[in-house]
Order: sequence, then C-alpha cells, then structure tokens
Amino acid sequence: MGLLSKKDRALILDPLTDNNPITIQVLGICSALAITAQLKASIVMALSVIFVMGVGNIVISLMRNIIPSKIRIIVQLVVVATLVIIVDQVLKAFSYELSKQLSVFIGLIITNCIIMGRFEAFALGNGVFRSFLDGIGNALGYGVILIIVGFFRELLGSGTLLGIQVLGDPIAKTGLYSIGYENNGFMLLSPMALITIGIIIWVQRSRNPELVEEN
Amino acid sequence: MEHIELFFKSIFIDNMVFATFLGMCSYLAVSKKVTTAVGLGLAVIFVLGITVPINWLLDQYILQEGALSWLGPEYASYDLSFLSFIMFIATIATMVQLVEIVVEKFLPALYNSLGIFLPLIAVNCAILGGSLFMQSRQIASIDLALNYGVSSGIGFFLAILTIAAIREKIRYSNVPPPLRGLGITFIITGLMAIGFMSFGGMLTGGDSEEETTETAQVSNLNENSTLSAVVSGQESATLDSTEQNQETNQEVTK
Repeated sequence: MGLLSKKDRALILDPLTDNNPITIQVLGICSALAITAQLKASIVMALSVIFVMGVGNIVISLMRNIIPSKIRIIVQLVVVATLVIIVDQVLKAFSYELSKQLSVFIGLIITNCIIMGRFEAFALGNGVFRSFLDGIGNALGYGVILIIVGFFRELLGSGTLLGIQVLGDPIAKTGLYSIGYENNGFMLLSPMALITIGIIIWVQRSRNPELVEEN
Repeated sequence: MEHIELFFKSIFIDNMVFATFLGMCSYLAVSKKVTTAVGLGLAVIFVLGITVPINWLLDQYILQEGALSWLGPEYASYDLSFLSFIMFIATIATMVQLVEIVVEKFLPALYNSLGIFLPLIAVNCAILGGSLFMQSRQIASIDLALNYGVSSGIGFFLAILTIAAIREKIRYSNVPPPLRGLGITFIITGLMAIGFMSFGGMLTGGDSEEETTETAQVSNLNENSTLSAVVSGQESATLDSTEQNQETNQEVTK
C-alpha cells in the first residue's frame, strides 16, 4: 500500500467498514440477496460486481467531460450494460452451471443502485485513478457483506462451504451430526437473507454507536 | 384461468420484493411515508405495465433465437439474445422518458403525484427484473405479458404500502438504538417475507389442471374451489399485514 497516499487508501478501506455501501449507504441490496444461499454464487457475484464497478468507473471518469449532463443516465446505463454483457457471456462460456443458477441476477447488476450511485456521486467528478479506487473499494464492501451472508447461510443451512461438507456427513451421522445437530433448512429460504443482513447491521452499529440513525 | 393464476402468482407467490428481492433499494429508500410509497407504487405498476409487453415484443421478434425469421429465411439462424440486457434497459429508459413527457402534457394532476418518481424508476431493479423474468419464464403471449407486468407491479405496490405503514407506526416504538432505521426495516421485511411464503400453497391447484381433460364437471368444481381459495387468500393477506404490524409493535415494546 506504499504506493497510495492516505486519502487514496481511505477510498478503498472506508467502504469496507464505516461507509459500507449495503449497510450504511443502502445501495445495491436489490439484485444480490437472492443468490446468497451458497457461498460460491456469492463469491462469483462479488467478483462480477468488482469487475463492472472498476472498469465502469474508469470509463465514466474518462468520459466525464464529454457526457452532456441531460443524457448522462442513458450513457451510464449503456456503459454498465455493455460490461455486464461481457461478464454474462464469460460466465456462460466458462461456468454454465453457475450462470444458470444466477439466472437473471447477473443481468440485474445493470440496475444495481451501487453502480449508478457511485457513477453519479464519484466518477463524474473525479480523476481516473481515484475513481477506479472508489469503484474497487465500494465493490469490495459490497462483496464482503455478500460473502459473510453467503458463508453463514450455506454453513447453517446445508452444513457445507463451497459444496464441501465441513460439519460432517448428515446421513452417516459423523462429526457434529453425531451429537444430534441438524441443518437449519430455513436459512436457505430467501427471508433469512434479509434477517441476516439485519443482524450484521445490528452488530456493526453496536460496535460503532456513531452510525446509529434516528428512528 | 391461466390469466387468473398468473395474476395471483405474481402478486403473492413470486412477489417482487419478498420472493426475489427486486426493487429493494427504492423499497427501503421511499418507504418512510405512506403517501410517497403510494406514489412510487403506482408509478411502478404503470411503467411495468408498459415496458413488459414492449420488451416481450422485442424478445419475440428480434432477440430470441430464430426470431428474425420474419425478415426472410436467411435470417432464421441468428440468435441475438446476448443483446437483451442492453435492449431492455434502453427500452425502459426511453419509455420512462416518453411516459414522463406524455403524462406531463396530458395528465398534469397525475404528473404532480408521480412526478419525481418516474425518472428514478429507470434504474429500479424491479422494472428490469420484470422484463428479465418475463424472458426467462418464457411467457407465452402478449396479453399474459401485460398481465405479468401489471400484477408484479401490484405486488410491489402492496409490499411498499405495508412496509410504509409499519414504519410510520414504528416511529413511536422503542427500538434498540443499533437497530433503528435500516436494521429494523430489514428484519421486518424478513418477517413479512416469511408471511408471504405461506401463500406458496395457494396454487397447489396444479393437480386439478390435469384432471380437466377427464371430466369437465369435476374441473369446474375444482376451478371454483381454487378461486374461492384465492379470494380468501387475498383477504387473509390484508389481515396478515395488520397482524404483523401489531406483532412487530409488541415485540418492539418488549
């Protein structure tokens, strides 16, 4: 990190904790939650968003002086849509199963508010390198939450991580299952993603009381 | 029957917000007051009802594999489906602009109530999600697509209306400080989603469809019974939300 000044470092590190796009800025919740039932899908989703945000912020930042402000939303949408098409085609080519599983949610990265939000708030007014760092930082903050949620949902819901059984075999009753532990299938259902994020917010704000909002 | 089934399925079982988490951002951001929530909900119904059928036409006649065959047999092998994201989002953005201009010109009263929400909607995941689900679920005809658009819009409307009502009440409750605002909203949404999952059993009428080929009378009876089940389901939905409202309030006061 010696290359980066203190300010630049803050661009990457702030979104990971105190300015997290999901838990503080309330951006980008839309497309992500439905796919966090498995850790692998969460990781792929996080990587896709990191790619789209990084490259998209560079492109928008390069074009910031030539985009007429009236049509900037359409220009931004076209840039994001192009990048997302690339991600989608790469996924279809190299990991077809996963791309089926993520179904429409890769496409929904286009309307992920995180991306439009950061374009509007940062890339339109800042230089290329700083915009790139901001994009990567925010996408990482988003990815971290996604991976935490995916980790707990897969571990508690099906007793596996990345498809490997870590708590023992539920059928042969080895490991934890031998003392009567059961998988909580409820964690795999979609409402638990919301409640898990609610708990993450709770933990985060109890640790840092400055973040508490008005009712 | 197909229409009624799709209608209730997209409102309750595949509810945009509770089952697929679409439109979450605006759902959380605009649900602080009931009046603004109603405005956004209406705008979503409106825009979904327009964009889903248009995107259905695009999908059928331009994007699908072999869809270009109406141009001539030499075009039949083209598959442009990789362009669907960009085509859909372009349609949505232009339609939102068009609708905004038309509504402003001819229905100023409606414009004043929907006004600020229309431009927001271009980047609402629920709108693009509606079109993408329409494509991936292979909806068969344009009237079904219209039905799907409007009914998913109504689903979103119901969701945002109930959460706005709950949030207005919860302002008077003593929520633990770290959970205030966003945290409690997430958890309430989760509880409401669990409530909505109970609608999953509503369409077990799938068996009765197979029987229709055997005897017409039996199927008629079945249809009637599923219809009444559907109606009672709707009533219990409103009951449910008020009950949940009270429940959450009680939990919070504890």
